[in-house]
Amino acid sequence: MGEYFRLAVDALRTNRLRSILTIAGIFVAVTTIIIILTCIESLNNYVETEFSEIGSSTIYINKFPWVITDNFFEYRNRPAIKLREYEALKEDNTYTRFVSPLAVYERQISYKNEVVDGVSIIGVNRHYAEIGGISADHGRWFTEHEVDSRRYVCVLGASVVEALFRNADPLGKRIKIDGFPYRVIGVLEKRGTSFGFDQDRQIIVPYTAMRNFAYSWRGIQVAMLPERPEDAEAMKEEARGILRTVRKVRPGDKDNFAINQQDMLLDFYKQATGGLYLVLLVIAGVSLVVGGIGIMNIMLVSVTERTKEIGIRKAVGATRKSILRQILSETLLISSIGGILGMIAGVLVGWLILNWAFSLSAQVTPSIVLVGYGFSALVGLVSGMYPAYRAANLHPIEALRYE
Amino acid sequence: MSSRSLITIQRLHKVYFLGATKVHALRGLNLEIKRNEYVAIMGPSGSGKSTLMNIIGCLDVPTDGNYWLNDQDVSSLNDDELAHIRNKEIGFVFQTFNLLPRATALHNVELPLVYNGTTAKDRKVHAASALEIVGLADRMDHRPNELSGGQRQRVAIARALVNKPSIILADEPTGNLDSKTGVEIMEIFADLHGQGNTIILVTHERDIALHAQRIIHIKDGFVEKIETVS
Ligand SMILES: Nc1ncnc2c1ncn2[C@@H]1O[C@H](COP(=O)(O)OP(=O)(O)OP(=O)(O)O)[C@@H](O)[C@H]1O
Ligand SMILES: [Mg+2]
Repeated sequence: MGEYFRLAVDALRTNRLRSILTIAGIFVAVTTIIIILTCIESLNNYVETEFSEIGSSTIYINKFPWVITDNFFEYRNRPAIKLREYEALKEDNTYTRFVSPLAVYERQISYKNEVVDGVSIIGVNRHYAEIGGISADHGRWFTEHEVDSRRYVCVLGASVVEALFRNADPLGKRIKIDGFPYRVIGVLEKRGTSFGFDQDRQIIVPYTAMRNFAYSWRGIQVAMLPERPEDAEAMKEEARGILRTVRKVRPGDKDNFAINQQDMLLDFYKQATGGLYLVLLVIAGVSLVVGGIGIMNIMLVSVTERTKEIGIRKAVGATRKSILRQILSETLLISSIGGILGMIAGVLVGWLILNWAFSLSAQVTPSIVLVGYGFSALVGLVSGMYPAYRAANLHPIEALRYE
Repeated sequence: MSSRSLITIQRLHKVYFLGATKVHALRGLNLEIKRNEYVAIMGPSGSGKSTLMNIIGCLDVPTDGNYWLNDQDVSSLNDDELAHIRNKEIGFVFQTFNLLPRATALHNVELPLVYNGTTAKDRKVHAASALEIVGLADRMDHRPNELSGGQRQRVAIARALVNKPSIILADEPTGNLDSKTGVEIMEIFADLHGQGNTIILVTHERDIALHAQRIIHIKDGFVEKIETVS
């Protein structure tokens, strides 16, 4: 084996420029593939992580489905989700662990002379902490009593604290939301950005303390967490039944509300991007094939040039197999060098693209590296096959006579 | 078929097909050569000497007839089996040397050993001693273009020797050399014969053929006469 490797290195050295150009073909192809794979993998990973914050078994009841692929106007005339529907869902359920209304509005807030516009005010009940997986890491979350008695208390997101209080402790202070005073009882754990949105630019208040300004026609959402993850489907069916009853939807008619879940977003994402990714990979694949044709071309020339050498080797006892191995070692070496360099370049460039364009960290999984190397090795073998076969089948005498 | 003979050839035919025309290079040739014989083959140009040598050397196969080497019927072997015989039993010396131009003398001599699984270390040792036999111990690291014609042919002879083959075949080994160098090469063959090797040599020159024990005269693809050198 070592002998064949040495021979291959020798052969590449003899025709330096030619070897470099052939290697470059594979290098470019593998670089492209690795960049594409790294970007796809990293984006997928990012999206999945972000979506997973929604909680995979949590369902959201909305007027509109999250993903609308057909006619939007069909959904427009639906009635908004109302508080009494939340109350109905809270009353007679068996599979549901927690239910919370979820009313989201953008409002102006202020503290003393500081005024901030466009802050998300989120009205929920006490259980939303568990449903949404959020908690106060300074101060506290509100109590059931505070919700029931419509206390004007609030839990602030980190960005809001920074905008209104700078470094001062906000606990116990009174801020104004839309002109109404609310007492700060807690600060939310920092969550950072998601898809470019600042998730800390929000204020959570008891939904009962929102009625003063939140009677808007837009209605609310309802968030529900099942008793156990495997109850999600049953909970969905139960909620559907309850809502249809409350809304007096006739049997056979379509639902006039939407039950949303995280996997819908993931499915949509995959559906929307899958085709594009496939196209990108096909393009990369084509460049790899072109690289392979380059190797084959060069090897055919090289085999012809070395006809006499092959004749000499055969005359002293080289079998067909050893000639095959010699030529294949050469193509494998070419494609491996191209493949390994391409992998390195691909990972680096992929990392730069992700960092600059998306501010994401690159995911370089072993499978990507294996796929990259595997493909280049495969191309090396396949493109070497025919030249190797031609070389191996040369007749010793005719090969020796070749000038 | 005598089991004593190293080579037994019976009714050997070789036909080359050149498009529509057939060239009958060997026409029912019979030949026996014993172990440790030194045989010269002579004959006019185109009489089939090289064709016969290539078949004896397992570089080519006959169109018809039989060829036993060491009691093995070689005419029925496939490509890889022939490659194996070439490696183990045959040492071939060509008129045009046929050395790898980019490899050193040592590496050229190692070549047959590469194909029988000898370790790299043993290869060097065997190749070096073969080069010593042909008097080139001090030229091991030279490439063919750094050697004279005579030296190149010695490298080729060392390569033919290195696997300790049953026969050494030489097709006009002095054809590309001046007469003085030719004499030196013939001395090497004489030594090798003295050490017990079987040698078959094709030549056009009677002086050279007289080194052998028998001269086989070939004409039109068969043996015309066999001359015993006293
Ligand atoms: N590959 C080939 N294809 C067609 N004809 C061939 C081939 N090799 C040899 N011949 C023909 O076979 C005949 C014998 O050729 P061969 O080379 O054996 O002669 P030779 O005795 O070695 O001659 P020389 O003394 O010139 O070397 C010649 O007529 C030659 O033209
Ligand atoms: Mg000849």
